[in-house]
This record gives sequence, C-alpha cells and structure tokens, in this order.
Amino acid sequence: MITVLETSPLNTVQDCGRPGYRNLGVGSSGVMDMLALRAGNILLENQPDDACIELQTFPFLLRFDAPASFAVTGIDADMELDGRKLLPWSAVTASAGQTLRIGPPRNGARGYVCVAGGIDVPVILGSRSTQLRGGFGGLSGRFLEAGDTLGIRPGGASCSGYAVLPPSVALKNGNDTETPGVVTLRFIPATDYLLFTEQSRAIFRNCEWKITPQSNRVGYRLSGDKLQLTNPVELRSYGIVPGIVQVPPAGEPIVQMADANTAGGYPRIATVIEADLWRLAQARIGSRIRFQECSYEEGVDAMRPVEAWLENMKLMVSRYRNSCMRRESGKAGGKK
Amino acid sequence: MTDTSERSITLSDQKSGLAGDQAPVISMIGTKAMLFEAPGAFTMAHQRRIWALIEAAESRSDVQELIPGVTNLMLVFKILPKDPEQIAAWLRHAWDTLPERHIKGRLFEIGVQYGGELGEDLQRVADHAGLTPEEVISIHHGNEYTVCAIGSAPGFGYLHGLDPRIATPRKSVPSLHMLAGTVTIGGMQAGISALTGPNGWNSIGFTEITLFDPMKEPPALFAIGDRIRFYPESIVL
Repeated sequence: MITVLETSPLNTVQDCGRPGYRNLGVGSSGVMDMLALRAGNILLENQPDDACIELQTFPFLLRFDAPASFAVTGIDADMELDGRKLLPWSAVTASAGQTLRIGPPRNGARGYVCVAGGIDVPVILGSRSTQLRGGFGGLSGRFLEAGDTLGIRPGGASCSGYAVLPPSVALKNGNDTETPGVVTLRFIPATDYLLFTEQSRAIFRNCEWKITPQSNRVGYRLSGDKLQLTNPVELRSYGIVPGIVQVPPAGEPIVQMADANTAGGYPRIATVIEADLWRLAQARIGSRIRFQECSYEEGVDAMRPVEAWLENMKLMVSRYRNSCMRRESGKAGGKK
Repeated sequence: MTDTSERSITLSDQKSGLAGDQAPVISMIGTKAMLFEAPGAFTMAHQRRIWALIEAAESRSDVQELIPGVTNLMLVFKILPKDPEQIAAWLRHAWDTLPERHIKGRLFEIGVQYGGELGEDLQRVADHAGLTPEEVISIHHGNEYTVCAIGSAPGFGYLHGLDPRIATPRKSVPSLHMLAGTVTIGGMQAGISALTGPNGWNSIGFTEITLFDPMKEPPALFAIGDRIRFYPESIVL
C-alpha cells in the first residue's frame, strides 16, 4: 500500500485509457504521456496497461507502507527516497516505511510514479483511469489528496538498479529544423484545413505558438496570430480524438488532449500525430511549440522508432533481470 | 516551406470546393481516426443512414470505436490503415447503397419542472421566440424527440425534434453551475444536461433523471433511436 503524504490538486491515477465508450460520451482519459507509462511498466515488467500516478503538480510525497519496486518516469526532477537521491527513469526498490519525494521538474511537465504490480483501484468500464468529468474511475473519480491510500496489485517482482534513457534523448525528432526551446509537433491536415485562408495556413505552420495557462488535460489553448476561415462554416457535432487541433471563432487553436470531450463543433485545421503527442504532454505552460506538416504515411512511420525504442527496452530489461535473478539464486547457495 | 494543399486531405473523390453539395466528405483525423460526414441537411432520414453505416462498420475487424455524431460518424482504428482510400471507398459505397436503419427505440416520458430557478432562461427563450413562457412550454412538450447520437458528456443525448419556433441561440455568457438534469435548448437542439457544470445552453426546466451511471450496464440511460416525450410536472413562472 502507498499513502499520499503531500500533494496539490491535479494528480490522478491513470492507465492507458478507457477506449470503447466515446459513443456514450465518455472520453478516453488515460495518461497524457503514453511513452512514460509504457516505459515505466516495461522497467518493472508490468502489464502495458497497469495503472500509475500521474503528477502535474509538485512537490509530491508518498510513503511505501510495504516494500515495493517503482520507477518515476516522464520528467527529470530532484527525487529522493528517505533523503537518498534517485535517478528518474530507473527501477528502485523501497522498503516498508520509506518516503518518496518528487520535486518540481527541471525538464518536462508530467511525472509518472509507476509501481511493480500497478496501482490497484477498481476497473470501471474497462479502465483504472480517473474520469474527472464523469466523476468515476481512479480513486473515487477525483484528484489525489494527502492521506489517501492506494493499493498495489500483487505479483510485482522486486528488482532494481537499472535505468533507461528518456525519450527526449533517445527519440530526438530527426526531421526537425529545431529551434532550441521550441517543441516541434508533426501534424496531418484535418477536414477543414483548406477552408482556412492560405495566409492562415502559412501562419499555422510557421508561427511559434505559445502554450497558455488555459491548458490542461482537456486541451491546450495556444496563443499566436489569429487564424481565419475564407468563409464562415457551421459544423454539426462530430467525434473528437486527442491530438485534433480546432480553431474557435477567436482564431487561436486548441489541441485536444486525453480528457477531451467526445464531441465538438469547431473547425478542424489539423491533427498532431500520435508519435508526437507525448512531446506536447511534456511541454509546459508558457513554452512554445511549432507545427510541421507531414503526410499520412509519414505519420504512420513515425511510430516505428517509438515502438523500436520500447521493444529494445523490453529486451534489455528482461536480460538484466534474468541475470540478476541468476546471481541471486547463486548467492542463496543453489547449484549452478 | 510551401503549402502542400494539393496533397489529399479529404479522401472523397470530390474536390474540396464542391464539398458538401452531394457527396459525403471523408477525412483523416490523424493516423488513427477517419471522419465521415453526410452531405445535406440535419434530417432524421440522414441520421438513419448514419445509423445504418454504424451497423455496417461494426462488422469491420479493424475498427476499435465508432463515434456517431450529428449526421456524421467517426471511425477509430485498432490498427493504422495501410490504405485509407480503400476504407473511404467502402464507406462511400455503404452510404450509397444501405437503406435507412429504423431503430425501434424505447419511449421515455420525462416529467419536467418548467421555469423557476432551475429553468431561469425560460423568459429569454420566450422573448427570442416572441411568445409567452406558457406557449414555449406547450410547444416544448408538444413534440416527440429522437436521440440521434450520444456524446460530449457521459450519457448526453443529441435530440432531434425541436420546434423551430423555440430554437434559441446559445448564451454568450454561459451559466457557470448548471445542474445535471437541466432541460435545455441550444440553437436548433434540445437536450437534458448530463453533468453539473458550465453550460451555454438555455435552461427552461429541470428533471430528476440520471443520464449516466458507470456502475450500470449499459451505463447510459439513452441509446440512439430512443424517443423522448416531455410533460409538465410543475410550472413556475
């Protein structure tokens, strides 16, 4: 069991999300940075969709009430286990009673506390993710609070002492004309792209967009130049998936994210490709992003290095853990 | 960088200038989703053809989720399609050949507390329509509504059947704390709010029903094709 000792609002239990209920108006939820969860679960040899704690506000303190292996992914930050400094993106084992403190990130915006076995909250509509709007899933459908206790599912093996390179290093955007401090996101033009003026399309691609404080798990509101339609359009409500970029009448785009409504009605200019959504999830309020057009095929191919990175990680982790276990059984006096 | 507007954005065979005339518009929403939008007006005939399309698309093994909208349908794929154009052609063919799907939905008779604090925009709707509040109420419960699609919030039904005489634009300043169960009008659409929170639709009354319960199966009270009749439980003017 884990006890939350200190937290601000906005921190929740999340897993890979709750697909399959958008036709009932239930958004997918799930972690904003899917790579961080998948990497954390690989590090701990969990199931890919085991649940974690998503941190958006810091510092965050928790106590392990029983021994547990864990990994903190997604961010680079000062983190300590009973005062001992820890590396992010590494597997660590805590003894019962130890306290984990995670400070504000130096890099990234969202941290993920993954625990061997996964966080144990009831599965509702196929997922452990917190559905904030609907008020269900996660821990009672709400943000975590100091004093909350969370179960850990049994079966997690204890092993530690290894780490992975974060995706910000391992998955540098190859096709970038990168400006330092500006995150490049590749997009595929969406339904109404050509209904925007040629000038607006050029602005969309060339402008550096600032992430406004009105950005959260629902969506990112961007500020920059105004985008205009050639002629006004009246749209009927249509389905929404994370990554879709809509332009409300005021002309500044919104990128829908994990907690997006399932339906919307604003014109759709673009969709950020799946392979780059984690970059946006880790971009902070006040930072700048840039959109780079790609084709459908390029968008599909962009997932390859991501999957290769995760596959390789799986292999390395399993090799390391096997050799660990052999050494352990050797020490215990077992025959070779 | 040059504008690559010649690149195919819509997958339909029409050029975008003609979009919306007769042929459906089919477009990719990123790599995982495809949106099918029917041409023409928001009629029940068109919506029934969308329902037919849902039934056909349910049989596809590459589909993870289907999200029906108002005269449109989004397909979310399990596996990224190798050839989206092929799926677009399948959708176009299905749209052209399938008959309207009539769903014999359930009938819900819903008692409404019209007006009062929980229906505070009743006067605004009456002023906009040039009618008295009593007339607005009687027109509102005089029609039968059909659930076209569910979306936006858990269990929220998009209803067809509002009498155009009481259609009222959304408010420019939304109510910040509208209760779940508020009976609303937003433009040409009627609704019952599913969640408590900010809402730009006009409130004309309130009902006790719960539209969504994650612990029930199915969790949403309404399903597409269901019909709704409102009746006045009380009126406060």
